[in-house]
Amino acid sequence: MKIAILSGKGGTGKTLVSVNLAAVCNDSTYIDCDVEEPNGHIFFKPVIENESDIKVLIPVCDDEKCTGCRECVEFCKFNALAYVNESLIIFEDICHSCGGCKLVCPENAITEKEKTIGKIKIGKSGNTTVISGIMNTGEESGVPIIDKLLNREFEKTKNYFIDCPPGSSCAVMESIKDADYCVLVTEPTIMGLHDFKMVYELVSLFNKPHSVVLNKCTSEHNPAKQYCLDENINILMEIPYDNELSLLNSQGKIVARENKKFNKMFSDLLETVLKEARK
Amino acid sequence: MKKLLILSGKGGTGKTTVSSSFINLSQTKAYADCDVDAPNLHLMVNTTAEAVTKSFYGLPKAYIDAEKCIDCGKCMDHCRFNAIDYHQGFVVDFYACEGCGVCEYVCPADAISMQKATAGNLILYKDDKVFSTAKLNMGFGNSGLLVAEVKNQLDDEAPDAEFAVIDDSPGIGCPVIASISGVDMVLIVTEPSLSGISDMKRVIDTAMGFMVDCAVCINKYDINIENTEKIEEMCRNLNIPMTGRIPFDNIVVGAVNKGISVVDINCPAGNAIKEVYQNTMKIFEIKSGDTR
Repeated sequence: MKIAILSGKGGTGKTLVSVNLAAVCNDSTYIDCDVEEPNGHIFFKPVIENESDIKVLIPVCDDEKCTGCRECVEFCKFNALAYVNESLIIFEDICHSCGGCKLVCPENAITEKEKTIGKIKIGKSGNTTVISGIMNTGEESGVPIIDKLLNREFEKTKNYFIDCPPGSSCAVMESIKDADYCVLVTEPTIMGLHDFKMVYELVSLFNKPHSVVLNKCTSEHNPAKQYCLDENINILMEIPYDNELSLLNSQGKIVARENKKFNKMFSDLLETVLKEARK
Repeated sequence: MKKLLILSGKGGTGKTTVSSSFINLSQTKAYADCDVDAPNLHLMVNTTAEAVTKSFYGLPKAYIDAEKCIDCGKCMDHCRFNAIDYHQGFVVDFYACEGCGVCEYVCPADAISMQKATAGNLILYKDDKVFSTAKLNMGFGNSGLLVAEVKNQLDDEAPDAEFAVIDDSPGIGCPVIASISGVDMVLIVTEPSLSGISDMKRVIDTAMGFMVDCAVCINKYDINIENTEKIEEMCRNLNIPMTGRIPFDNIVVGAVNKGISVVDINCPAGNAIKEVYQNTMKIFEIKSGDTR
Protein backbone atom coordinates (compact mmCIF):
# COMPACT_ATOMS: atom_id res chain seq x y z
CA MET A 1 0.00 0.00 0.00
CA LYS A 2 1.39 3.39 -1.00
CA ILE A 3 0.16 6.15 1.27
CA ALA A 4 0.96 9.78 0.42
CA ILE A 5 0.89 12.47 3.11
CA LEU A 6 0.31 16.02 1.91
CA SER A 7 -0.99 19.36 3.18
CA GLY A 8 -0.64 22.28 0.81
CA LYS A 9 0.58 24.63 3.51
CA GLY A 10 4.01 23.99 4.96
CA GLY A 11 4.55 23.26 8.63
CA THR A 12 1.18 21.66 9.33
CA GLY A 13 2.73 18.34 10.34
CA LYS A 14 3.22 16.27 7.16
CA THR A 15 6.59 15.00 8.29
CA LEU A 16 5.37 14.40 11.87
CA VAL A 17 2.52 12.24 10.58
CA SER A 18 4.46 10.37 7.88
CA VAL A 19 7.51 9.67 10.05
CA ASN A 20 5.44 8.42 12.97
CA LEU A 21 3.12 6.31 10.81
CA ALA A 22 6.15 4.65 9.21
CA ALA A 23 7.77 4.17 12.63
CA VAL A 24 4.81 2.32 14.15
CA CYS A 25 4.24 0.22 11.02
CA ASN A 26 6.16 -3.02 10.92
CA ASP A 27 8.62 -3.40 8.04
CA SER A 28 7.55 -0.18 6.33
CA THR A 29 9.34 2.22 4.00
CA TYR A 30 9.41 5.99 4.44
CA ILE A 31 10.06 8.03 1.29
CA ASP A 32 10.88 11.74 1.62
CA CYS A 33 9.76 13.52 -1.56
CA ASP A 34 10.22 17.02 -0.12
CA VAL A 35 13.57 17.11 -1.88
CA GLU A 36 14.02 20.88 -1.48
CA GLU A 37 13.83 20.66 2.30
CA PRO A 38 14.01 16.97 3.29
CA ASN A 39 13.56 16.50 7.04
CA GLY A 40 12.58 12.85 7.53
CA HIS A 41 16.21 11.77 7.91
CA ILE A 42 16.61 14.17 10.84
CA PHE A 43 14.10 12.05 12.75
CA PHE A 44 15.07 8.56 11.56
CA LYS A 45 18.85 9.11 11.60
CA PRO A 46 19.12 6.10 9.32
CA VAL A 47 22.26 4.03 8.86
CA ILE A 48 22.92 4.75 5.19
CA GLU A 49 23.33 1.64 3.06
CA ASN A 50 23.26 3.15 -0.38
CA GLU A 51 23.82 6.60 -1.82
CA SER A 52 23.46 7.58 -5.46
CA ASP A 53 23.78 10.82 -7.40
CA ILE A 54 20.84 11.98 -9.49
CA LYS A 55 21.91 13.34 -12.82
CA VAL A 56 20.26 15.14 -15.68
CA LEU A 57 21.62 15.75 -19.18
CA ILE A 58 22.94 19.19 -20.12
CA PRO A 59 24.10 20.25 -23.60
CA VAL A 60 27.72 20.86 -24.48
CA CYS A 61 28.67 22.70 -27.66
CA ASP A 62 31.67 21.93 -29.81
CA ASP A 63 32.74 25.43 -30.88
CA GLU A 64 34.75 23.99 -33.79
CA LYS A 65 31.61 22.52 -35.33
CA CYS A 66 29.19 25.33 -34.40
CA THR A 67 28.52 27.68 -37.32
CA GLY A 68 26.44 30.13 -35.33
CA CYS A 69 23.19 29.36 -37.13
CA ARG A 70 21.28 29.83 -33.85
CA GLU A 71 18.73 27.08 -34.60
CA CYS A 72 19.18 25.76 -31.06
CA VAL A 73 18.74 29.23 -29.56
CA GLU A 74 15.51 29.67 -31.51
CA PHE A 75 14.26 26.23 -30.51
CA CYS A 76 14.92 26.41 -26.76
CA LYS A 77 11.62 27.34 -25.10
CA PHE A 78 13.33 27.87 -21.77
CA ASN A 79 15.77 30.54 -22.99
CA ALA A 80 18.66 28.47 -21.72
CA LEU A 81 20.83 29.22 -24.76
CA ALA A 82 22.29 32.42 -26.17
CA TYR A 83 24.76 33.04 -28.99
CA VAL A 84 27.06 35.87 -27.97
CA ASN A 85 30.49 36.89 -29.29
CA GLU A 86 30.57 34.01 -31.74
CA SER A 87 30.03 31.33 -29.19
CA LEU A 88 27.12 29.48 -27.69
CA ILE A 89 26.43 30.18 -24.03
CA ILE A 90 24.54 27.51 -22.09
CA PHE A 91 22.71 28.50 -18.90
CA GLU A 92 22.81 25.13 -17.17
CA ASP A 93 20.54 26.10 -14.27
CA ILE A 94 17.72 27.09 -16.61
CA CYS A 95 18.06 24.08 -18.93
CA HIS A 96 15.20 21.58 -18.64
CA SER A 97 17.23 18.76 -20.26
CA CYS A 98 14.70 18.26 -23.06
CA GLY A 99 17.42 17.44 -25.58
CA GLY A 100 15.84 19.67 -28.23
CA CYS A 101 18.98 21.67 -29.02
CA LYS A 102 20.93 18.52 -29.79
CA LEU A 103 18.14 17.34 -32.11
CA VAL A 104 17.84 20.55 -34.09
CA CYS A 105 21.56 21.28 -34.54
CA PRO A 106 22.31 20.79 -38.25
CA GLU A 107 26.05 20.49 -37.58
CA ASN A 108 25.84 17.87 -34.81
CA ALA A 109 27.81 20.31 -32.70
CA ILE A 110 25.82 19.61 -29.55
CA THR A 111 26.39 16.62 -27.32
CA GLU A 112 25.22 16.10 -23.75
CA LYS A 113 26.98 15.68 -20.44
CA GLU A 114 25.65 14.57 -17.09
CA LYS A 115 25.06 17.11 -14.35
CA THR A 116 24.37 16.09 -10.75
CA ILE A 117 21.36 17.88 -9.26
CA GLY A 118 21.05 15.96 -6.02
CA LYS A 119 21.15 12.52 -4.45
CA ILE A 120 19.11 9.71 -3.04
CA LYS A 121 20.09 8.07 0.22
CA ILE A 122 18.70 4.74 1.35
CA GLY A 123 19.12 3.53 4.90
CA LYS A 124 17.61 1.68 7.83
CA SER A 125 16.24 2.94 11.12
CA GLY A 126 14.95 0.12 13.31
CA ASN A 127 12.93 -1.95 10.89
CA THR A 128 11.93 1.05 8.79
CA THR A 129 13.60 1.59 5.43
CA VAL A 130 14.27 5.29 4.95
CA ILE A 131 14.66 6.74 1.45
CA SER A 132 15.43 10.44 1.10
CA GLY A 133 15.83 12.62 -1.96
CA ILE A 134 18.01 15.68 -1.50
CA MET A 135 18.21 18.42 -4.11
CA ASN A 136 21.41 20.46 -4.33
CA THR A 137 20.99 24.10 -3.33
CA GLY A 138 20.79 26.48 -6.29
CA GLU A 139 18.90 23.95 -8.44
CA GLU A 140 15.49 24.94 -9.78
CA SER A 141 13.54 21.71 -9.88
CA GLY A 142 13.55 18.54 -7.83
CA VAL A 143 11.05 16.73 -10.04
CA PRO A 144 13.67 14.42 -11.64
CA ILE A 145 14.70 13.34 -8.12
CA ILE A 146 11.09 12.65 -7.09
CA ASP A 147 10.68 10.70 -10.30
CA LYS A 148 13.65 8.49 -9.37
CA LEU A 149 12.49 8.15 -5.75
CA LEU A 150 9.16 6.69 -6.82
CA ASN A 151 10.38 4.73 -9.81
CA ARG A 152 11.21 1.56 -7.90
CA GLU A 153 9.86 -1.88 -7.11
CA PHE A 154 6.98 -1.64 -4.67
CA GLU A 155 6.10 -4.86 -2.89
CA LYS A 156 2.36 -5.46 -2.68
CA THR A 157 2.45 -6.75 0.89
CA LYS A 158 4.45 -3.83 2.31
CA ASN A 159 3.46 -0.34 3.31
CA TYR A 160 5.08 2.80 1.95
CA PHE A 161 4.66 6.29 3.40
CA ILE A 162 5.35 9.13 0.98
CA ASP A 163 6.12 12.49 2.61
CA CYS A 164 5.16 15.11 -0.03
CA PRO A 165 6.46 18.63 -0.63
CA PRO A 166 4.23 21.60 0.31
CA GLY A 167 2.08 23.34 -2.31
CA SER A 168 0.06 21.71 -5.07
CA SER A 169 2.45 22.12 -7.98
CA CYS A 170 4.00 19.58 -10.32
CA ALA A 171 6.28 18.25 -7.57
CA VAL A 172 3.27 17.33 -5.41
CA MET A 173 1.44 15.81 -8.33
CA GLU A 174 4.48 13.71 -9.15
CA SER A 175 4.60 12.54 -5.51
CA ILE A 176 0.98 11.38 -5.32
CA LYS A 177 0.70 10.06 -8.89
CA ASP A 178 0.93 6.38 -7.98
CA ALA A 179 -0.32 6.57 -4.40
CA ASP A 180 -3.14 4.24 -3.36
CA TYR A 181 -4.33 6.54 -0.61
CA CYS A 182 -3.78 10.14 0.47
CA VAL A 183 -3.71 11.52 4.00
CA LEU A 184 -4.23 15.28 4.11
CA VAL A 185 -2.79 17.01 7.16
CA THR A 186 -4.08 20.43 8.14
CA GLU A 187 -3.99 22.91 11.01
CA PRO A 188 -6.70 25.11 12.54
CA THR A 189 -5.85 28.37 10.77
CA ILE A 190 -7.49 30.08 7.80
CA MET A 191 -4.18 29.71 5.96
CA GLY A 192 -4.12 25.99 6.64
CA LEU A 193 -7.68 25.71 5.39
CA HIS A 194 -6.97 27.78 2.26
CA ASP A 195 -4.11 25.51 1.22
CA PHE A 196 -5.97 22.39 2.33
CA LYS A 197 -8.70 23.21 -0.18
CA MET A 198 -6.07 23.21 -2.93
CA VAL A 199 -4.76 19.74 -2.16
CA TYR A 200 -8.30 18.50 -1.57
CA GLU A 201 -9.07 19.66 -5.11
CA LEU A 202 -5.91 17.94 -6.34
CA VAL A 203 -6.67 14.53 -4.79
CA SER A 204 -10.28 14.80 -5.94
CA LEU A 205 -9.17 15.56 -9.51
CA PHE A 206 -6.97 12.47 -9.53
CA ASN A 207 -9.64 10.34 -7.88
CA LYS A 208 -7.39 9.44 -4.98
CA PRO A 209 -9.19 8.06 -1.96
CA HIS A 210 -8.32 10.33 0.95
CA SER A 211 -9.07 11.49 4.46
CA VAL A 212 -7.87 14.10 6.88
CA VAL A 213 -5.75 14.44 10.00
CA LEU A 214 -6.42 17.65 11.92
CA ASN A 215 -3.19 18.67 13.65
CA LYS A 216 -2.48 21.23 16.41
CA CYS A 217 -6.09 21.22 17.61
CA THR A 218 -7.06 23.46 20.53
CA SER A 219 -10.38 24.30 22.13
CA GLU A 220 -10.66 27.31 19.80
CA HIS A 221 -12.82 27.26 16.67
CA ASN A 222 -11.22 25.09 13.97
CA PRO A 223 -12.04 26.39 10.46
CA ALA A 224 -10.46 23.32 8.84
CA LYS A 225 -12.61 20.93 10.88
CA GLN A 226 -15.71 22.94 10.08
CA TYR A 227 -14.92 22.69 6.38
CA CYS A 228 -14.42 18.91 6.55
CA LEU A 229 -17.71 18.48 8.39
CA ASP A 230 -19.55 20.69 5.89
CA GLU A 231 -18.05 18.91 2.89
CA ASN A 232 -18.38 15.41 4.38
CA ILE A 233 -14.64 14.76 4.24
CA ASN A 234 -13.62 11.85 6.43
CA ILE A 235 -11.61 12.93 9.51
CA LEU A 236 -9.22 10.20 10.70
CA MET A 237 -7.92 11.88 13.82
CA GLU A 238 -7.57 15.13 15.70
CA ILE A 239 -4.10 15.59 17.14
CA PRO A 240 -4.24 18.06 20.02
CA TYR A 241 -1.64 20.80 20.33
CA ASP A 242 0.76 19.40 22.92
CA ASN A 243 3.84 21.06 24.39
CA GLU A 244 5.59 17.75 24.97
CA LEU A 245 4.98 16.57 21.41
CA SER A 246 6.15 19.88 20.08
CA LEU A 247 9.37 19.77 22.14
CA LEU A 248 10.21 16.17 21.19
CA ASN A 249 9.49 16.94 17.56
CA SER A 250 11.71 20.04 17.65
CA GLN A 251 14.51 17.86 19.00
CA GLY A 252 14.24 15.66 15.94
CA LYS A 253 12.80 12.77 17.95
CA ILE A 254 10.19 10.33 16.70
CA VAL A 255 7.45 10.89 19.25
CA ALA A 256 5.98 7.40 18.79
CA ARG A 257 9.32 5.88 19.78
CA GLU A 258 9.72 8.14 22.84
CA ASN A 259 6.43 7.98 24.57
CA LYS A 260 3.65 5.39 25.06
CA LYS A 261 0.86 7.93 24.70
CA PHE A 262 2.09 9.06 21.29
CA ASN A 263 2.88 5.51 20.26
CA LYS A 264 -0.72 4.54 20.90
CA MET A 265 -1.97 7.63 19.09
CA PHE A 266 -0.03 6.86 15.91
CA SER A 267 -0.69 3.10 16.14
CA ASP A 268 -4.41 3.89 16.23
CA LEU A 269 -4.01 6.27 13.33
CA LEU A 270 -2.09 3.65 11.34
CA GLU A 271 -4.80 1.09 11.92
CA THR A 272 -7.51 3.50 10.70
CA VAL A 273 -5.45 4.61 7.70
CA LEU A 274 -4.77 1.04 6.57
CA LYS A 275 -8.39 0.04 7.10
CA GLU A 276 -9.57 3.01 5.04
CA ALA A 277 -6.95 2.45 2.36
CA ARG A 278 -7.99 -1.19 1.89
CA LYS A 279 -11.63 -0.27 1.36
CA MET B 1 12.17 50.39 -5.01
CA LYS B 2 14.08 48.68 -2.21
CA LYS B 3 12.84 45.17 -1.57
CA LEU B 4 12.85 43.04 1.56
CA LEU B 5 12.13 39.35 0.93
CA ILE B 6 10.81 37.11 3.70
CA LEU B 7 11.95 33.47 3.45
CA SER B 8 12.12 30.44 5.72
CA GLY B 9 13.00 27.23 3.90
CA LYS B 10 10.70 25.22 6.12
CA GLY B 11 7.00 25.90 5.83
CA GLY B 12 4.85 27.06 8.70
CA THR B 13 7.52 28.96 10.59
CA GLY B 14 5.57 32.22 10.37
CA LYS B 15 6.68 33.93 7.14
CA THR B 16 3.23 35.25 6.30
CA THR B 17 2.50 36.41 9.85
CA VAL B 18 5.80 38.31 9.90
CA SER B 19 5.30 39.68 6.36
CA SER B 20 1.82 40.98 7.08
CA SER B 21 3.06 42.55 10.33
CA PHE B 22 5.89 44.29 8.49
CA ILE B 23 3.43 45.56 5.88
CA ASN B 24 1.25 46.93 8.64
CA LEU B 25 4.11 48.50 10.65
CA SER B 26 5.88 50.07 7.67
CA GLN B 27 2.65 51.24 6.02
CA THR B 28 4.42 50.38 2.78
CA LYS B 29 2.73 51.32 -0.48
CA ALA B 30 3.87 48.15 -2.21
CA TYR B 31 3.92 44.49 -1.28
CA ALA B 32 3.76 41.12 -2.96
CA ASP B 33 3.17 37.43 -2.35
CA CYS B 34 5.55 35.31 -4.43
CA ASP B 35 4.31 32.03 -2.95
CA VAL B 36 2.41 31.34 -6.14
CA ASP B 37 1.93 27.65 -5.24
CA ALA B 38 0.03 28.40 -2.05
CA PRO B 39 -0.48 32.13 -1.60
CA ASN B 40 -1.78 33.17 1.83
CA LEU B 41 -0.84 36.82 2.27
CA HIS B 42 -4.22 37.99 0.90
CA LEU B 43 -5.85 36.28 3.90
CA MET B 44 -3.77 38.36 6.29
CA VAL B 45 -3.82 41.87 4.83
CA ASN B 46 -7.11 43.66 4.88
CA THR B 47 -7.08 45.27 1.51
CA THR B 48 -10.40 46.74 0.40
CA ALA B 49 -9.28 47.04 -3.20
CA GLU B 50 -10.93 44.73 -5.67
CA ALA B 51 -8.85 41.94 -7.16
CA VAL B 52 -8.03 42.39 -10.84
CA THR B 53 -7.11 39.04 -12.36
CA LYS B 54 -5.15 38.36 -15.54
CA SER B 55 -4.60 34.91 -17.01
CA PHE B 56 -1.03 33.75 -16.95
CA TYR B 57 0.06 31.55 -19.82
CA GLY B 58 2.98 29.29 -19.19
CA LEU B 59 4.67 27.53 -22.05
CA PRO B 60 2.26 26.06 -24.60
CA LYS B 61 1.56 22.35 -24.17
CA ALA B 62 1.72 19.65 -26.82
CA TYR B 63 -1.45 18.32 -28.37
CA ILE B 64 -1.63 15.28 -30.66
CA ASP B 65 -4.18 15.25 -33.46
CA ALA B 66 -5.36 11.61 -33.52
CA GLU B 67 -6.52 11.94 -37.14
CA LYS B 68 -3.05 12.83 -38.34
CA CYS B 69 -1.10 10.56 -35.96
CA ILE B 70 0.50 7.59 -37.74
CA ASP B 71 1.29 5.75 -34.49
CA CYS B 72 5.06 5.78 -35.04
CA GLY B 73 5.86 6.53 -31.40
CA LYS B 74 8.72 8.94 -32.11
CA CYS B 75 7.18 11.51 -29.77
CA MET B 76 7.20 9.03 -26.91
CA ASP B 77 10.78 7.96 -27.61
CA HIS B 78 12.05 11.51 -27.55
CA CYS B 79 10.04 12.94 -24.66
CA ARG B 80 12.31 13.31 -21.64
CA PHE B 81 9.40 14.05 -19.30
CA ASN B 82 7.40 10.83 -19.80
CA ALA B 83 4.58 13.06 -20.95
CA ILE B 84 3.40 10.89 -23.83
CA ASP B 85 1.10 8.01 -22.90
CA TYR B 86 -0.52 5.37 -25.04
CA HIS B 87 -4.25 4.84 -24.53
CA GLN B 88 -5.63 3.55 -27.83
CA GLY B 89 -3.33 6.04 -29.53
CA PHE B 90 -0.67 8.47 -28.39
CA VAL B 91 -1.85 11.18 -26.02
CA VAL B 92 -0.10 13.93 -24.07
CA ASP B 93 -0.17 13.94 -20.28
CA PHE B 94 -1.10 17.60 -19.90
CA TYR B 95 0.45 17.91 -16.44
CA ALA B 96 3.71 16.15 -17.26
CA CYS B 97 4.29 18.13 -20.47
CA GLU B 98 6.85 20.89 -19.94
CA GLY B 99 6.25 22.49 -23.33
CA CYS B 100 9.74 21.90 -24.77
CA GLY B 101 8.41 21.27 -28.27
CA VAL B 102 10.61 18.25 -28.99
CA CYS B 103 7.65 16.01 -29.89
CA GLU B 104 6.32 18.59 -32.32
CA TYR B 105 9.76 18.73 -33.92
CA VAL B 106 10.23 14.98 -34.30
CA CYS B 107 6.70 14.13 -35.47
CA PRO B 108 6.95 13.08 -39.12
CA ALA B 109 3.20 13.42 -39.67
CA ASP B 110 2.81 16.98 -38.46
CA ALA B 111 0.26 15.68 -35.98
CA ILE B 112 1.55 17.60 -32.97
CA SER B 113 0.96 21.25 -32.24
CA MET B 114 1.81 23.38 -29.24
CA GLN B 115 -1.29 24.95 -27.75
CA LYS B 116 -1.73 27.85 -25.35
CA ALA B 117 -2.41 26.78 -21.77
CA THR B 118 -3.47 28.87 -18.79
CA ALA B 119 -0.99 28.10 -16.03
CA GLY B 120 -2.44 30.41 -13.42
CA ASN B 121 -3.62 33.90 -12.60
CA LEU B 122 -1.76 37.10 -11.92
CA ILE B 123 -3.69 39.14 -9.37
CA LEU B 124 -3.51 42.84 -8.52
CA TYR B 125 -5.12 44.70 -5.62
CA LYS B 126 -4.65 48.43 -6.06
CA ASP B 127 -5.91 51.43 -4.14
CA ASP B 128 -3.46 53.81 -2.48
CA LYS B 129 -1.37 50.66 -2.01
CA VAL B 130 -0.27 48.05 -4.52
CA PHE B 131 -0.52 44.36 -3.65
CA SER B 132 0.79 42.03 -6.34
CA THR B 133 0.12 38.30 -6.07
CA ALA B 134 -0.67 35.25 -8.17
CA LYS B 135 -1.95 31.72 -8.06
CA LEU B 136 -0.43 28.94 -10.10
CA ASN B 137 -2.91 26.34 -11.26
CA MET B 138 -2.82 22.95 -9.63
CA GLY B 139 -0.16 20.62 -10.95
CA PHE B 140 1.76 23.24 -12.89
CA GLY B 141 5.48 23.71 -12.68
CA ASN B 142 7.94 26.33 -13.80
CA SER B 143 6.51 28.77 -11.25
CA GLY B 144 9.58 31.00 -11.62
CA LEU B 145 8.01 32.65 -14.66
CA LEU B 146 4.90 33.58 -12.70
CA VAL B 147 7.00 34.85 -9.79
CA ALA B 148 8.84 37.12 -12.23
CA GLU B 149 5.45 38.42 -13.41
CA VAL B 150 4.41 39.17 -9.81
CA LYS B 151 7.57 41.18 -9.29
CA ASN B 152 7.22 42.99 -12.62
CA GLN B 153 3.64 43.88 -11.78
CA LEU B 154 4.78 45.30 -8.44
CA ASP B 155 7.44 47.45 -10.15
CA ASP B 156 5.07 48.61 -12.89
CA GLU B 157 2.11 49.44 -10.67
CA ALA B 158 4.04 51.10 -7.85
CA PRO B 159 6.91 52.90 -9.59
CA ASP B 160 7.15 55.53 -6.85
CA ALA B 161 7.13 53.22 -3.85
CA GLU B 162 10.40 53.36 -1.96
CA PHE B 163 10.07 50.14 -0.04
CA ALA B 164 8.37 46.79 -0.62
CA VAL B 165 7.82 43.68 1.47
CA ILE B 166 7.70 40.37 -0.39
CA ASP B 167 6.41 37.13 1.13
CA ASP B 168 7.73 33.92 -0.42
CA SER B 169 7.17 30.20 -0.62
CA PRO B 170 8.86 27.53 1.47
CA GLY B 171 11.62 25.49 -0.14
CA ILE B 172 14.68 26.54 -2.11
CA GLY B 173 13.66 25.78 -5.71
CA CYS B 174 12.29 27.58 -8.71
CA PRO B 175 9.95 30.18 -7.09
CA VAL B 176 12.45 31.04 -4.35
CA ILE B 177 15.31 31.50 -6.79
CA ALA B 178 13.10 33.68 -9.01
CA SER B 179 12.13 35.74 -5.95
CA ILE B 180 15.66 36.27 -4.67
CA SER B 181 16.95 37.95 -7.81
CA GLY B 182 16.89 41.72 -7.42
CA VAL B 183 15.92 41.97 -3.75
CA ASP B 184 18.03 44.06 -1.37
CA MET B 185 17.90 41.76 1.62
CA VAL B 186 16.38 38.51 2.82
CA LEU B 187 14.87 38.06 6.27
CA ILE B 188 14.70 34.39 7.21
CA VAL B 189 12.00 33.42 9.70
CA THR B 190 13.07 30.19 11.34
CA GLU B 191 11.93 28.07 14.27
CA PRO B 192 14.03 26.23 16.85
CA SER B 193 13.41 22.70 15.59
CA LEU B 194 16.09 20.57 13.96
CA SER B 195 13.99 20.62 10.79
CA GLY B 196 13.77 24.42 10.92
CA ILE B 197 17.55 24.66 11.39
CA SER B 198 18.32 22.26 8.55
CA ASP B 199 15.99 24.11 6.18
CA MET B 200 17.34 27.50 7.28
CA LYS B 201 20.89 26.42 6.42
CA ARG B 202 19.79 25.37 2.95
CA VAL B 203 17.98 28.63 2.33
CA ILE B 204 20.98 30.67 3.58
CA ASP B 205 23.16 28.66 1.19
CA THR B 206 20.79 29.43 -1.66
CA ALA B 207 20.62 33.17 -0.86
CA MET B 208 24.40 33.38 -0.50
CA GLY B 209 24.79 31.64 -3.86
CA PHE B 210 22.96 34.64 -5.30
CA MET B 211 25.05 37.10 -3.28
CA VAL B 212 22.10 38.45 -1.30
CA ASP B 213 22.52 39.47 2.36
CA CYS B 214 20.43 37.72 5.00
CA ALA B 215 19.19 38.41 8.50
CA VAL B 216 17.46 35.87 10.73
CA CYS B 217 14.70 35.99 13.32
CA ILE B 218 13.45 33.06 15.39
CA ASN B 219 9.74 32.43 15.76
CA LYS B 220 8.30 30.29 18.59
CA TYR B 221 11.77 30.55 20.14
CA ASP B 222 10.63 29.23 23.52
CA ILE B 223 9.56 25.85 22.12
CA ASN B 224 13.20 24.82 22.39
CA ILE B 225 15.63 27.32 23.98
CA GLU B 226 18.61 25.07 23.40
CA ASN B 227 17.98 25.06 19.64
CA THR B 228 17.31 28.82 19.71
CA GLU B 229 20.77 29.36 21.16
CA LYS B 230 22.22 26.99 18.57
CA ILE B 231 20.68 29.05 15.76
CA GLU B 232 22.03 32.28 17.25
CA GLU B 233 25.52 30.83 17.52
CA MET B 234 25.35 29.44 14.01
CA CYS B 235 24.37 32.84 12.63
CA ARG B 236 27.12 34.57 14.61
CA ASN B 237 29.64 32.21 13.03
CA LEU B 238 28.26 32.90 9.57
CA ASN B 239 28.23 36.64 10.28
CA ILE B 240 24.49 36.81 9.76
CA PRO B 241 22.72 39.37 11.97
CA MET B 242 19.91 38.21 14.28
CA THR B 243 16.93 40.52 14.49
CA GLY B 244 15.11 38.95 17.38
CA ARG B 245 13.13 36.20 19.08
CA ILE B 246 9.37 35.86 18.87
CA PRO B 247 7.68 33.74 21.56
CA PHE B 248 5.06 31.07 20.97
CA ASP B 249 1.82 32.86 21.68
CA ASN B 250 -1.65 31.28 21.74
CA ILE B 251 -3.17 34.62 20.83
CA VAL B 252 -1.62 34.51 17.34
CA VAL B 253 -3.80 31.74 15.89
CA GLY B 254 -6.98 33.37 17.16
CA ALA B 255 -5.95 36.76 15.76
CA VAL B 256 -4.93 35.27 12.41
CA ASN B 257 -8.28 33.50 12.07
CA LYS B 258 -10.15 36.72 12.83
CA GLY B 259 -8.04 38.62 10.31
CA ILE B 260 -6.50 40.82 13.00
CA SER B 261 -2.85 41.78 12.68
CA VAL B 262 -0.89 40.54 15.73
CA VAL B 263 0.97 43.84 15.92
CA ASP B 264 -2.32 45.65 16.50
CA ILE B 265 -2.90 43.85 19.78
CA ASN B 266 -0.86 44.03 22.92
CA CYS B 267 0.47 40.47 23.11
CA PRO B 268 3.94 38.95 23.59
CA ALA B 269 4.29 37.81 19.95
CA GLY B 270 3.01 41.10 18.55
CA ASN B 271 5.37 43.13 20.72
CA ALA B 272 8.31 40.92 19.78
CA ILE B 273 7.53 41.27 16.06
CA LYS B 274 7.60 45.08 16.48
CA GLU B 275 11.10 44.76 17.88
CA VAL B 276 12.14 42.39 15.09
CA TYR B 277 10.80 44.94 12.62
CA GLN B 278 12.84 47.79 14.15
CA ASN B 279 16.01 45.69 14.18
CA THR B 280 15.47 44.36 10.67
CA MET B 281 14.86 47.82 9.22
CA LYS B 282 18.03 49.19 10.83
CA ILE B 283 20.06 46.53 9.04
CA PHE B 284 18.01 46.82 5.87
CA GLU B 285 18.69 50.53 5.63
CA ILE B 286 22.42 49.95 5.80
CA LYS B 287 22.41 46.97 3.42
CA SER B 288 20.20 48.59 0.85
CA GLY B 289 21.79 52.04 1.14
CA ASP B 290 18.32 53.29 1.98
CA THR B 291 18.48 56.67 3.67
CA ARG B 292 14.83 57.19 4.44
